[in-house]
Amino acid sequence: MRRLAKSALTACMMMSSGVYAEAQQAVSDINLRPGVTDISSQVYDLHMMMFAICVGIAVLVFGVMFISMYLHRKSRGVKPANFHENVKVEIAWTVVPFIILIVMAIPAAKTLIAMEDTSAPDMTVLVTGSQWKWHYKYMDSDVEYYSLLATRREEIENKYDKRDNYLLEVDRPLVIPTGQKVRFLITSDDVIHSWWVPDFAVKKDANPGFINEAWTRVNEPGIYRGQCAELCGKDHGFMPIVVIAKEPAEYAQWVSEQEEMRALAREEEQRLLAMNMDMSELMAEGERVYNAVCAGCHMPNGEGLPGVFPAIKGSNLALNDMPGHIDIVLNGKTGTAMQAFGNMLSLKELAAVVTYQRNAWGNNTGDVVQPKDVNAIAKGE
Amino acid sequence: MSNVADSTASNDATLDGHHGDAHHDDHHDHIPKGISRWLLTTNHKDIGTLYLWFAFIMFLVGGAMAMVIRAELFQPGMQIVDPNFFNQMTTVHGLIMVFGAVMPAFTGLANWLIPMMIGAPDMALPRMNNWSFWILPFAFLILLSSLFMEGGGPSFGWTFYAPLSTTYSNDSTGLFVFSVHIMGISSIMGAINVIVTIFNMRAPGMTWMKMPLFVWTWLITAFLLIAVMPVLAGAVTMVLTDKYFGTSFFDAAGGGDPVMFQHIFWFFGHPEVYIMILPAFGIISQIIPTFSRKPLFGYASMVYATASIALLSFIVWAHHMFTTGMPYQAEIFFMVATMLISVPTGVKVFNWVATMWRGSMTFEIPMMFAIAFVVLFTIGGLSGLMLAITPVDFQYHDTYFVVAHFHYVLVTGAVFSIMAAVYYWLPKWTGKMFDITLAKWHFWCSLISVNVLFFPMHFVGLAGMPRRIPDYALQFADFNKWISIGGFAFGLSQLIFLALLIKACRKQGEPVSDQVWDGAEGLEWEIPSPAPYHTFDTPPVVK
Repeated sequence: MRRLAKSALTACMMMSSGVYAEAQQAVSDINLRPGVTDISSQVYDLHMMMFAICVGIAVLVFGVMFISMYLHRKSRGVKPANFHENVKVEIAWTVVPFIILIVMAIPAAKTLIAMEDTSAPDMTVLVTGSQWKWHYKYMDSDVEYYSLLATRREEIENKYDKRDNYLLEVDRPLVIPTGQKVRFLITSDDVIHSWWVPDFAVKKDANPGFINEAWTRVNEPGIYRGQCAELCGKDHGFMPIVVIAKEPAEYAQWVSEQEEMRALAREEEQRLLAMNMDMSELMAEGERVYNAVCAGCHMPNGEGLPGVFPAIKGSNLALNDMPGHIDIVLNGKTGTAMQAFGNMLSLKELAAVVTYQRNAWGNNTGDVVQPKDVNAIAKGE
Repeated sequence: MSNVADSTASNDATLDGHHGDAHHDDHHDHIPKGISRWLLTTNHKDIGTLYLWFAFIMFLVGGAMAMVIRAELFQPGMQIVDPNFFNQMTTVHGLIMVFGAVMPAFTGLANWLIPMMIGAPDMALPRMNNWSFWILPFAFLILLSSLFMEGGGPSFGWTFYAPLSTTYSNDSTGLFVFSVHIMGISSIMGAINVIVTIFNMRAPGMTWMKMPLFVWTWLITAFLLIAVMPVLAGAVTMVLTDKYFGTSFFDAAGGGDPVMFQHIFWFFGHPEVYIMILPAFGIISQIIPTFSRKPLFGYASMVYATASIALLSFIVWAHHMFTTGMPYQAEIFFMVATMLISVPTGVKVFNWVATMWRGSMTFEIPMMFAIAFVVLFTIGGLSGLMLAITPVDFQYHDTYFVVAHFHYVLVTGAVFSIMAAVYYWLPKWTGKMFDITLAKWHFWCSLISVNVLFFPMHFVGLAGMPRRIPDYALQFADFNKWISIGGFAFGLSQLIFLALLIKACRKQGEPVSDQVWDGAEGLEWEIPSPAPYHTFDTPPVVK
């Protein structure tokens, strides 16, 4: 029960203001979890009821069959009977299961209606999936950010030891208040994803071009982990979800910190436009950004996956056409998997990653791209 | 095991209008030689054999892909393949097992058995029969060759959800679409043949309600095929035009809807799963009475239950899509409709148990597979009932619980029934009893390993492991190791079956009587063993 050992460590490395010990929720190795919401515990009860009924039916049917296999063997000298129908029995075993089904359906429908009632939320978060990360936008405050896998590539490639929350850890978790009805608006920028947090019993598909709704009201503060549930391409297995539920007061504090940080970041952007960064700083930052957001498709060596994702190493865009290069990173390329990173990355990060791509892996153009160059193309200058 | 007496004449007396047919048939047996026999054949038995061998080869190819999947999932971390290739393996494994192994195996059994069971000399449309088989290898050649393209083969799952299969797929999609079209044409032609044969070529006296259940279930299956294979063809064509010809069926930017793809796909997909299980019900309904030495309990209710399942299969498709976002009224409708299917399915299981009750049972290999089928298919059916409950399905959906469920119904259901059928009718086809020792090894190894393989998937699924992932969190590691070990063992067990089949095709073994199994009833047990190349040139009269 290694994963029951709570790790405060993971909480530390997350962008949260405090250090959180994971709540002492029961997570089973072999069964559904009751979760931490009223709905999730109702779902768990339904599951256990269904399980009990199914086991009952199985014991009954297999019991009769095995008794028959024991009693009615030719080796015991049994002469076969010759009956082949019995209207009463046949009616009984059609009607009785029917009644059992109704018994199952009524509580299930009640829970379902409660789950789908997204009315009167206390707050709303827009959840957007894209290959292969989640984006959270708080509709009631000026907070939005991307949430990426935090597991190191070396762990996946078996070069480092795997940490406790291997593949279930992100750089910036979603933070929500406890005790409040949080509505999720769920959509996608590219293919279909599915946002799933088992402890909330919330799983809803993120469909491109459409918005789905779901909601939760978390009873206990804690860290809750889930994963994308719908096959969404190569790194489907590598886009986890982490949600931190905080007491409302702490949550409010966290929101104001985030808003402050965003304001500071904007000022920083403006300052950056007036100055030049040096090559080594850009390359270091560029490598970090590249490995976090680009390497999933274009691979860490810049060679891409032939036939699926194009190479950057030696490509015309990266060697020659600098405005085109900045443009494709900013705006993506419609009709392909290339996303627009203009909203995801800061000007500094964009400048750094373009510089990195133009100078790494033998793309030795010597070009240095500054935040103001990126800004010029973003503004259409 | 059975009365192994070599008699050809004794059974002729039981068939009116069939006097001395053994000689008559022999006289007609000009079996062509060489490769052209198989390329040009219009003989239902040859075509049945071709289908069955093709299905078995595809079963091994698809199985090899499952071995790659299980090897990668043996422990956490990426070891053997990259995620892109992993996705190709899950995709092509699914496509091959569904369209290349299970469906052709049932068509092969239909070819061999339906004419022999209804007293017909051959299938009604023998040339079409040849064509419907021979386009199949090319379909799979195209599909498999796409794996060697730049960027690899299809990697969007066998369900090919848009837009992953349209905007975001590589150019293997074109080949995928073309090969699915060919598979679909083949299936439709096979289904037409079955329907025309059963409607027109039944022997005098073979009324509808005297038909063996295998014939009934295949007739209903054939109608399902004709109803839904064109829907699949429509779905792949829309994927093709969305990808290459600028349409926007599944693209919101052009007024389409990606969820509409899922509605269309599952309108095909749900009847499709019954296409893969109804013939299995037929097989089990043939085998259990034989070895219980007692007539099938509730023959009429079996027929009606099969028809009800087939009809209900058209109104439950959205239970595959509960998380896509539907009005709760629709979710309740699909939940209740899905639960209703368990009523006729339950009737079938109860009928099989009632057939065994107070019978005089023996446990030859086909019966062992049939009993394993009843138990393990029922487990799959019960987990299906759990999956029908919408609010809980939100937790099960797209996890290994679903993978466990459909492998119980498809592997220990459909595949076990095919194995049961092969063991049951193989002595009739070859005239020799198969190697019983090998068969026992095959049965027990398969039975144990298949449960080590699929049962723990319930656990990891409930604990939260999503399906179709190439790497997983540490808490799933222990069970995945066992699942992989079970997988390798199940894969190896099938090589025992291969050895047995090769021996059987070389006509090694003890000769068998015409009836083969001493409780067996039906026209196919009244013709000589091995079944002559041509049977029922003059129709028998069924009393």
